[in-house]
Amino acid sequence: MLRRTFVIAGTALLAAAAAFQPATVKQAAAQEPVKVGELFSYARIAAFADPYRNGWQLAIGEINEAGGVMGGRQIEVISRDDGGTTADAVRVAEELVTGEGVSFLFGTFFSNIGLAVGDYAKQKKILFIAAEPLTDALTMAQGNRYTFRMRPNTYMQTKMLVEAGKNAGAKRWAIVAPNYEYGQSAAENFKKLLAEMDPEAEVVVEQYPALGKIDAGATVQAMLAANPDGVFNATFAGDQAKLVREGTLRGLFDGERPVLSLLTGEPEYLAPMGAEAPEGWIVTGYPWEQIESEQHTRFVEAYQAKYDDFPRLASLLGYALGYTVKTLLDTAGTTDTETLVDTLKGLKVETPIGPIAFRAIDNQSTMGAYVGTLAVEDGQGKMVDWYYADGADYAHSEAEVEAARPAE
Amino acid sequence: MIDPAFYVIQFLNGLASASNLFLIACGLTIIFGVTRIVNFAHGSFYMLGAYFAFTLTATIMPALGDALGFWLAIPVAAVGVGLFAVLMELLLLRRIYRSHELFQLLATFGVVLIVQDLVPAIWGPEELFGPRAPGFTSFVVILGFRFPEYQLVLIAAGPLVLGGLWLLFNRTRWGTLVRAATQDREMVGALGVNQSVLFTGVLFLGGALAGLAGALQMPVEPANPFMDINIIAEAFVVTVIGGMGNVLGAFLAALIIAQLQAFGILVFPEITLVLPFLVMALVLVVRPWGLLGTPEPMTGHGFAGDRPLKPLGRRAQLGLAALVAVLLLLPLGLGDYTEKLVLEVFVFALFAFSLNFIMGAGGMVSFGHAAYFGLGAYGAALAVKHLDFAMEPALLAAPLAAGAGALLFGWFVVRLSGVYLAMLTLAFAQIAWSTAFQWVELTGGDNGMIGIWPSAWASDVTVYYYLSLILCGAAIAFLWRASYAPFGYTLRAGRDSPLRCDAIGINLKRHQWLGFALAGTCAGLAGGVFVFSKGNVDPGALSIPTSVDALVMVLLGGIQTLTGPLLGAAAFHLLEAYILPLTDYWRAIVGLIIVVLVIAFPQGLAGFLRERLAGEESR
Amino acid sequence: MTVLDVSGLRKAFGGLTAVDEVSFGVEAGQLFAIIGPNGAGKTTCFNMVGGQLRPDRGSVRLAGRDITGEAPRRIWRLGVGRTFQVAATFGSMTVAENVQMAFLSHHGRLRALLPSARRLYREQALAVLERVGMAGQAERQCGLLAYGDIKRVELAIALAHQPKLLLMDEPTAGMAPRERIELMALTAGIVRESGISVLFTEHDMDVVFAHADRLLVLDRGRQVATGTPAEVRDDAEVQRIYLGGAGAEAAARQIEARAGEQLPGERAEGEAR
Ligand SMILES: Nc1ncnc2c1ncn2[C@@H]1O[C@H](COP(=O)(O)OP(=O)(O)OP(=O)(O)O)[C@@H](O)[C@H]1O
Ligand SMILES: [Mg+2]
Repeated sequence: MLRRTFVIAGTALLAAAAAFQPATVKQAAAQEPVKVGELFSYARIAAFADPYRNGWQLAIGEINEAGGVMGGRQIEVISRDDGGTTADAVRVAEELVTGEGVSFLFGTFFSNIGLAVGDYAKQKKILFIAAEPLTDALTMAQGNRYTFRMRPNTYMQTKMLVEAGKNAGAKRWAIVAPNYEYGQSAAENFKKLLAEMDPEAEVVVEQYPALGKIDAGATVQAMLAANPDGVFNATFAGDQAKLVREGTLRGLFDGERPVLSLLTGEPEYLAPMGAEAPEGWIVTGYPWEQIESEQHTRFVEAYQAKYDDFPRLASLLGYALGYTVKTLLDTAGTTDTETLVDTLKGLKVETPIGPIAFRAIDNQSTMGAYVGTLAVEDGQGKMVDWYYADGADYAHSEAEVEAARPAE
Repeated sequence: MIDPAFYVIQFLNGLASASNLFLIACGLTIIFGVTRIVNFAHGSFYMLGAYFAFTLTATIMPALGDALGFWLAIPVAAVGVGLFAVLMELLLLRRIYRSHELFQLLATFGVVLIVQDLVPAIWGPEELFGPRAPGFTSFVVILGFRFPEYQLVLIAAGPLVLGGLWLLFNRTRWGTLVRAATQDREMVGALGVNQSVLFTGVLFLGGALAGLAGALQMPVEPANPFMDINIIAEAFVVTVIGGMGNVLGAFLAALIIAQLQAFGILVFPEITLVLPFLVMALVLVVRPWGLLGTPEPMTGHGFAGDRPLKPLGRRAQLGLAALVAVLLLLPLGLGDYTEKLVLEVFVFALFAFSLNFIMGAGGMVSFGHAAYFGLGAYGAALAVKHLDFAMEPALLAAPLAAGAGALLFGWFVVRLSGVYLAMLTLAFAQIAWSTAFQWVELTGGDNGMIGIWPSAWASDVTVYYYLSLILCGAAIAFLWRASYAPFGYTLRAGRDSPLRCDAIGINLKRHQWLGFALAGTCAGLAGGVFVFSKGNVDPGALSIPTSVDALVMVLLGGIQTLTGPLLGAAAFHLLEAYILPLTDYWRAIVGLIIVVLVIAFPQGLAGFLRERLAGEESR
Repeated sequence: MTVLDVSGLRKAFGGLTAVDEVSFGVEAGQLFAIIGPNGAGKTTCFNMVGGQLRPDRGSVRLAGRDITGEAPRRIWRLGVGRTFQVAATFGSMTVAENVQMAFLSHHGRLRALLPSARRLYREQALAVLERVGMAGQAERQCGLLAYGDIKRVELAIALAHQPKLLLMDEPTAGMAPRERIELMALTAGIVRESGISVLFTEHDMDVVFAHADRLLVLDRGRQVATGTPAEVRDDAEVQRIYLGGAGAEAAARQIEARAGEQLPGERAEGEAR
């Protein structure tokens, strides 16, 4: 009894100490470690940030244990909260670059922050690999030589869904998307791609609830009034949960109407829904428990062993970023920014879900997403009939990139 | 042709949201009515209600059976939140009742930050799906439409609570006291009522009502750590539209907002961001005290601790000279990053100082000063992006854009007073914010605009440091001088006694308007300097958190002194910058520090220092 | 010359008629008192003359010019200074600064952004303060003064722009009896000296009958009587509803005391009769 109390107290103390330590992963190394800067909205969106951090920490730990990079140098990731605003994020990036002297940056979640840090990277001529920001602008209209992106952007994921829903038979579509850039551009992309893939189809109603403030009853009713025979959804988290509950009871989601939904299959959003996961929805996501490749199994096992938790998509993302850092440094053999950038353009990186590459024309990685249909099993939502949509097949065409992206 | 029955259903949907809004807002309005506290933590109460209900249902539903367990968990969660509110009153608010009213706002803001980090620490960051309400899990068919049963429960909850409050206020002695206190605070003292006990009770009631609202949301929405932020602004809007302190008004306002929202989205699906604030602005312009509020007596908004403005003494002048010398020499010893940090302090010092020019001197409390900071930032950014301006003319465009905005908004704002004035500034700031947010072609929407860097000659950090020091320093010096000049005195006169102003020929509204515009112009300059130091702008520059930051800086530093906002800006900004990298819980730490400072220095840092210095001199 | 001419003034708040058909005139150099019990409508009358309230009916003329319903600050510009029943001063400023504000306003300097307000019109302000006996406290914070002193500051503010007409709503409320007599004597002195007219109200009958040249009696908004102190004292209705025993005694005492003083205003009144 006494012992247990002691252990609990000790753990609490350790946790507290860890929480107050500058979030720096320090490893003893014979040679100077390579310093890499990382920033993310840790406090603001902890649900995504914690698994993401676990992911890259796992990768960096493995890499350093296996002897580091560039012939024996350790990687030292200096990690910071970006404060959740562009103003703070740029200052934090500045601190990492000019204060800590990191060789390059990776991270960020929100699109506006990704863009701001990307622009800072361009101004300071420092490499930045954006982790999560989805906005097309980051690699298209506002793209620059120094900014790369890991995740498939909104356009790519929407394209995957539109293609998956092509044969669903719906002609009258309803759109519901959160009222900010991600939602708006998802809706724009959807309309554009729908017109390309199915000229007969039309969008009959669009709803743009404020993020986190959806008035679900009224929104569902407004959509029903237009009598759509298909729904494209870009809301997520709490908004989506309200939408699902109201929409199911009111018959919008009646099992007949096909629903295409962005991100819903990601464990971040699927797991909390439990048995309420909307069956039959066609979604993008990450069926981590069903991917059986050898590399992926190794990743899942290592992750579960270290964190006693299942990996989320963000974990995979963080992990893949960790190995991107390694491959990049090993290949470049230097921390000189221009060499790093030139190396990363076209660089191929092995990840648990297979090899990805950073496209030279727009710095977008070819990381894809899983597309599948939701089902509920044992009180838990899961993706069925899923397949991996390779990002290379969905990214903007060369012509589109040339038209939108400023010349370097 | 849409089925007419559809409109009936949409009306019912509006009623259900109205109930939810009302439940949150009624507690807020009661707390304000009696204590005059602008309770930022009300959203936190709401969020805690949802989390308490989640935990309670998880534990007692298995034990007592679903129906009993669920319906018991809801009121118990509400009471739990009520107790939390009492705790806040006893430990925090009670210690500062004698300081300026706004100080309590600052304290509740500290609580918001703490709860924001506490909740994910306790319950985890992911959404928590609570159970549905037993007995109300399905739908009924109304006029051929399926309508969730639980929505009917919500529709009933609003009027039931309204009725209950009516009985409480009209049929019990305590309720009568609360009503009396709302109408006339002095009277309560005269009636021999113990004010502390009354306040504690009112916080319990208000907190419990917010908790009830949160708990009742459980079958609709998963508990999540954003519930507080997502609801608080709307709760204030409803309270203000109804008339602060008026429960029935809050009910009406909730109904209006919810119905406009329900039907508005049929015509303008994108109106969701701005609608509540648009309605609030319109209502306040037409009815300066809300729908059912009563005019506040035409007293000045002077603060008890206010003293005559004294010219700087010898020591202060020497101190100032030393400070300027240090700031001039600073780049010699500092790295780029620290220079940038100090440069940002200049920007925020000007931002806070300009707010205090209308707030401290003018008695016009603004909850929306970010509007002018942001307009300046956007003015500069737009000039660069769309007009191909270089940095120099763009830095001129910043204060001009902000000044123009302040002239426009200010014309309406100065017609109001007190909390209503503050809320109208908030409404305008939100309107500006949503314009920047939604006018994607012009402003880039929430992605903002990037690539707004200084001209080549100023792109070196040290050069830009000096440029910022000169621009912000000059603007601060100018406002400082204006505070001592007849114009500043006129604003102060208006704050002390509008009646007397009027009786000596001062056109107060006009001077307040000009003062507002001047402060806005200076905030705009701060915004312009800021943009070029960051290279980008996004709607965050116009957002509520930015306005709140300015308020916190002013209050932390001390509203009754000229040095206060400068000190507050430096303290707050450096604090945040140094705590941010230390821990994921930086918000809670900043919140705790605010709470501690509020209790330790109820007159602000500058007020405290002044007291100390005065004490030393007299010894 | 008639400085102030009020005719048929009326004001109702909801169902309550606070002032009903009140008419009177104030001559140059005259001290004119409005008296009446609490709630009679005195303050409402002042507010309609000073512009703080807009009359429902009737007119207010200042030196022949119609000022009915004008804003207080316009009326002030036309030469009307006023004090309030509950003193209205700038509590966070010094005594001198309070008076300087009036000068700044008078000279149209309120919008100056650079000069130091403390230095402007300081001499003039001190001179006015000297007249009301507050020069010694010029540097004290107004909000911290004794109430009687605040009232003096208010008087100084009102006098700053050399008004033609002074409106004084209970100038001595809240003062000790001795102070009251002093302050009214002071006011009367200033008035006689500079020839301005005063409309005032007072609950202290000693003060009223000691100084007023003419009186108007209000009761529940109704004008009960108007005339010289002696006439009012003798009015049967006034005696019945208002003055009562003690009031009448005070009136008699004061009128007798003043008989020998032969003040110019009073003589003019007498000759007119
Ligand atoms: N703004 C107002 N709204 C409603 N009623 C008012 C208002 N101002 C005054 N009254 C009412 O009008 C009547 C006359 O009030 P007024 O203040 O003019 O009386 P007064 O003669 O000055 O009284 P006192 O000697 O107490 O100062 C009173 O019944 C008062 O309650
Ligand atoms: Mg009166």
